[in-house]
Amino acid sequence: MPRVVFTSHLQRHVSAADCKVSATTVAAALEAVFRSQPQARGYVLDEQGELRKHVFLFVDGRRAALTDPVRAESAIHVLQALTGG
Amino acid sequence: MPLYVATRKGLFIVDTRRWSLARPHFLGDPVSAVLAHDGALYAALNLGHFGVKLRRSEDGGEHWQELAAPAYPAKPEDSADKTPWKLAQIWTLEGAGDTLWAGTIPGGLFRSRDRGESWSLVRGLWDRKERTEWFGGGYDHPGIHSICIHPRDARQVSVAVSCGGVWQSGDGGETWRLAAKGMSADYFPPERKHDENIQDVHRMVQSPSRPDVYYAQHHNGVFRSADGAASWQEVTAIAPSKFGFATAVHPKDADTAWFVPADKDERRLPLEAKLVVARTRDGGQSFEVLRRGLPQEHAYDLVYRHGLAVDETGERLAMGSTTGGLWISEDAGDSWRCLSSHLPPIYAVRFA
Repeated sequence: MPRVVFTSHLQRHVSAADCKVSATTVAAALEAVFRSQPQARGYVLDEQGELRKHVFLFVDGRRAALTDPVRAESAIHVLQALTGG
Repeated sequence: MPLYVATRKGLFIVDTRRWSLARPHFLGDPVSAVLAHDGALYAALNLGHFGVKLRRSEDGGEHWQELAAPAYPAKPEDSADKTPWKLAQIWTLEGAGDTLWAGTIPGGLFRSRDRGESWSLVRGLWDRKERTEWFGGGYDHPGIHSICIHPRDARQVSVAVSCGGVWQSGDGGETWRLAAKGMSADYFPPERKHDENIQDVHRMVQSPSRPDVYYAQHHNGVFRSADGAASWQEVTAIAPSKFGFATAVHPKDADTAWFVPADKDERRLPLEAKLVVARTRDGGQSFEVLRRGLPQEHAYDLVYRHGLAVDETGERLAMGSTTGGLWISEDAGDSWRCLSSHLPPIYAVRFA
């Protein structure tokens, strides 16, 4: 199962625990996380469900988009961009 | 009665009995608006990475609870509107009775009737075709920064938009009309300079004691209305300059108002690097330029839209600047005292 890892910077504002979820895309993985941790959704996605401008996603070390596929052993990192602070 | 100071790096609460600053809240985070209403304190955050957030405290800031931030609906697929339907900033918060109002960028007015637990977009204004012609002033997209609620009839709501004029509702927000007649934008092509929908009002306040009286600091000068915003007249006596952002009106005397004039818009600094406040006591016929206690050399402090406030007595004023200067006056502006020169950039000051 892919693993979702949140930046520690996010923890200052809202609780978002790293977890393993069953999913084949980045979007589906995040949806699964937000089902159990709904408080984190608005920090990563905007009200239209799009990735916030200053949040970056990496899958196995590569910049990724919500639509990108993930493998069972993938690690999805949710990071803050080095902009927007 | 505390003074709230919203800054680029947190919310500061000033004890007005000793004029002392307490430990900041949300240290490191931009606080774009603050409101004390009906026993609760509300703070709007604009987190650089993680979006716009709204928090409420029931105990004066000791503990904070996250509320749902106003959210825009999905833009219809066939919409020609170029504005993104996404919350970029809560620019102002107001409360009247059981209703909270939020003015936002990119131009939506939101209302809550459950103490900020949930918000709804005021469609009567958002769906006006004129709204899609609004444009940004200071930000990429237009925004509502001033919300005036009639003190005796909460159905009468007036809002000011950068840049989109003044809009007024007489039925609690269901229907809206433009209310910027008489304002002018000399920097626009001549055939458009009186267009009510393009006026860049920087800040608008309504007299609590004579609600038909409004003052507006506009990009192009100072304007006043004495007929409930049905018409506006330019206040040409403003000195030392007509450009600025902030204004405040006396709570009990509609003829007394304060402004913070700045160099015209190319520079946006105090004129000759001397920070001053302009006060009228005769409804804009004449002005006194007040400078005692304010820096009179090498002052590059700009006072933003919400950077000037008056308390319920009309004697106490607070002023905060973009370079982190915070001043208070206890004699209606005759003299000022600096509480700090080293705060983060100040977005808003507000007495409880």
